[in-house]
Amino acid sequence: MAKTTGQATEGAPAGILKPGTPAPAFTLTCTPDQKVSLSEFRGQPVILAFYPADWSPVCGDQMALYNEILPEFRKLRAMLLGLSVDGVWCHGAFAAARKLHFPLLADFEPKGAVAKQYGAYRHQDGVSERALFVLDGEGVIHWSYLSPLGVNPGADGILEALESLQATRPA
Amino acid sequence: MAIGAFGQSRISRLVLPIAERDHTLGSPGAPCTLVEYGDYECPYCGLAHPIVKEVVRRLGRQLQFAFRHFPLAEMHPHALGAAEAAEAAGAQDKFWPMHDLLYANQQALDDHDLLRYARHLGLDLKRFATELAERTWESRVREDFMSGVRSGVNGTPTFFVNGVRHDGPWDAEALIEALLASPRVPVSSMGRR
Repeated sequence: MAKTTGQATEGAPAGILKPGTPAPAFTLTCTPDQKVSLSEFRGQPVILAFYPADWSPVCGDQMALYNEILPEFRKLRAMLLGLSVDGVWCHGAFAAARKLHFPLLADFEPKGAVAKQYGAYRHQDGVSERALFVLDGEGVIHWSYLSPLGVNPGADGILEALESLQATRPA
Repeated sequence: MAIGAFGQSRISRLVLPIAERDHTLGSPGAPCTLVEYGDYECPYCGLAHPIVKEVVRRLGRQLQFAFRHFPLAEMHPHALGAAEAAEAAGAQDKFWPMHDLLYANQQALDDHDLLRYARHLGLDLKRFATELAERTWESRVREDFMSGVRSGVNGTPTFFVNGVRHDGPWDAEALIEALLASPRVPVSSMGRR
């Protein structure tokens, strides 16, 4: 189907950061009293999953899906971080309801600042794109993918990227 | 609605073609194939169940349908057990009758219920219960699940129409239209036995 090859949406960002780009550093809140910095995960692959909002329809939910696949990500030593512009209390309720076992980061104040740095913010909607980044252990973007907003991209691309990262890592 | 992909454009394809291992309806080697990854506790899969039956009925010999397990076990506590029960019934040649019972009773999928359905279908209960207790079919269900992950399953139900993930609506008309419209995956790669 032609859906995945459509042209740019009006007002869409110039593009998400491409492979080879150092991933912009950030520190964001993940619980009311906890912050997470990207630099904490140096030395291991990191998956950044930007998504538009908590509480999208249940069984097609991207974060719930990744939660089920978490053991596969862990086998590949990867840390998964979910990011949206929702606040920390919203994330907390969402994570509890879906029994999520990975951090959701609140890109909340200034709103969408991290998403903007990654070229993954939708100014017209005030939410982040559905964008995926796989970073290598040095914090460089190894793979990135921008999904059509309404289409949950699944995890096949992430797993392929993590495996190619393992294959290219010096012994 | 404008839909754009700005990263690498990516089409998710079924990595495990329909083969002997699958539970299928319709005609082997049919020009159209429909694969569903589903979860017995998922309400959307429950909605899809009669739709799939209608598609299978209407396309007749033009279609082969396969159902694979994609239990969202964190979200649905009974989904994995139900999937294993379907496989245990399948081992006694009753996969589809159990499949129908599970979808007809999505609110009642605990161990006691599963045994009740096995009794209703006249299965060898001792064997059925032993296989559930010993998790005989866990790896088989896992195999389905991982083939789905690798193919880009993005929720339940996810359909693959002629080997390509179907991201559009899945009412009967839409599925039939997609099945008849999209190019058929070459037979040589369809795992015909």
